Amino acid sequence: MGYTLNFSSVWANFDSLLWGLVLGLFMAVCAIGIGFLIGIFGAFASQSKSPWVRGAIGFYVSILRNLPLLVLILFVYFGLPQLGMTLGRLESFIGALAIYAGAYLIEVLRAGLMSVPPGVVEAGRAVGLTQFQTNLYVVTPIMLRNALPAMSSTFISLFKDTSLAAIVAIGDLTYQARKINVETFRVVETWTVASLLYIATCVLIAAGLRALERRYPRF
Amino acid sequence: MSEFLHQLTLSQGALLSGVQVTIYISFLSIIIGTAIGLVIGLVLTYAPFLARLPFRIYVDAIRGTPVLVLILAAYYVPAVLGVSLDALSSGILALTGFCAAHMGEIFRGAFQSVEKGQTEAARAIGLTFPQTVRYVLLPQVIRSVLPTWVNTGAELVKGSTLLSAIGVGELVLRTQEIIGRNFMTMEFYLVAGLIFLLINLAIESFGKYLERRLTYA
Repeated sequence: MGYTLNFSSVWANFDSLLWGLVLGLFMAVCAIGIGFLIGIFGAFASQSKSPWVRGAIGFYVSILRNLPLLVLILFVYFGLPQLGMTLGRLESFIGALAIYAGAYLIEVLRAGLMSVPPGVVEAGRAVGLTQFQTNLYVVTPIMLRNALPAMSSTFISLFKDTSLAAIVAIGDLTYQARKINVETFRVVETWTVASLLYIATCVLIAAGLRALERRYPRF
Repeated sequence: MSEFLHQLTLSQGALLSGVQVTIYISFLSIIIGTAIGLVIGLVLTYAPFLARLPFRIYVDAIRGTPVLVLILAAYYVPAVLGVSLDALSSGILALTGFCAAHMGEIFRGAFQSVEKGQTEAARAIGLTFPQTVRYVLLPQVIRSVLPTWVNTGAELVKGSTLLSAIGVGELVLRTQEIIGRNFMTMEFYLVAGLIFLLINLAIESFGKYLERRLTYA
């Protein structure tokens, strides 16, 4: 053993860790935002009468959920330029994470959609709302509320997945931690602080979403 | 296209060895991880608060940390503590620790869903706690855990790709090496993606098969 803890070099670089964390949160928010739109459209489309549409959604979900995120990120960042689509680091990472998020959110929101009681849809139609209005004002809020617990864990795991940005040299928290680790050799301290920052952020996200769950009672 | 096929035959061996390493890592970490996870699940459900506490902290800490961070920490930390691990062992250590925490939570859920009356009845007819676990709890718990367990297997196959970051020669690293030789970036990432897809779809359909076999009305 004989290892003495010395956090000073980690504290000296603490701001770069925090900025890395902010960047990670930013990427997560962007990817989840886009993925959420994919999820809502995909969930409704999976109820479509056309077997082609349902098949396409099922195909998308099962491919993306079974593909390692790293392979997807590397493909988008290094592979797509070969087709003439050159994206910046950040754009390609957010894009890859968004497509990945979309597949998971379709699954989660579809389960939420299935849990909407048919009675309220019929009631919506009976009071004269169009199909679209029923979906927008009646079905969607209930679907979102019922899917909230599952969405929370998806959001948290997507936030954790932003750590993969370090592999394509985006300066997120993991990247900064690795840099401090290599530059200062304060190995134990660096990884302890980095993972505590991740844990704290996950706990905060979870607490926020749980507060949201309490605020809106389950339908 | 013929150039691609030529390159594909050239890189066959590398891809195959990558697949072997990927499967080896995933298999080892899910087996050891599940065994530890079972113990964690038992402790989290039945142990008194103070004994539970360190396990609770372990599970929450691991689950709140990205797998990549776990892998990097398992790669860099042991060396300064005087334990020397090669990249493959640190990677397996990290994935095992991750799997153990996840399975621990899954087992806890499954143990808690068994009615309390059953453990009390087992006590009443004179079974010791290990016997209760063996004859009363496990048969039910295994049944309810199996589908999730198979999913965890697919997650581990996906997680094993991150070991490429510390230089373990699994499928992604092998693919990157091949691409470094022939510059067919898109083609070979597609090949790698396809192989992962096949592995995980096989695992998924195995899971669905188990679920059909094991659900009872």
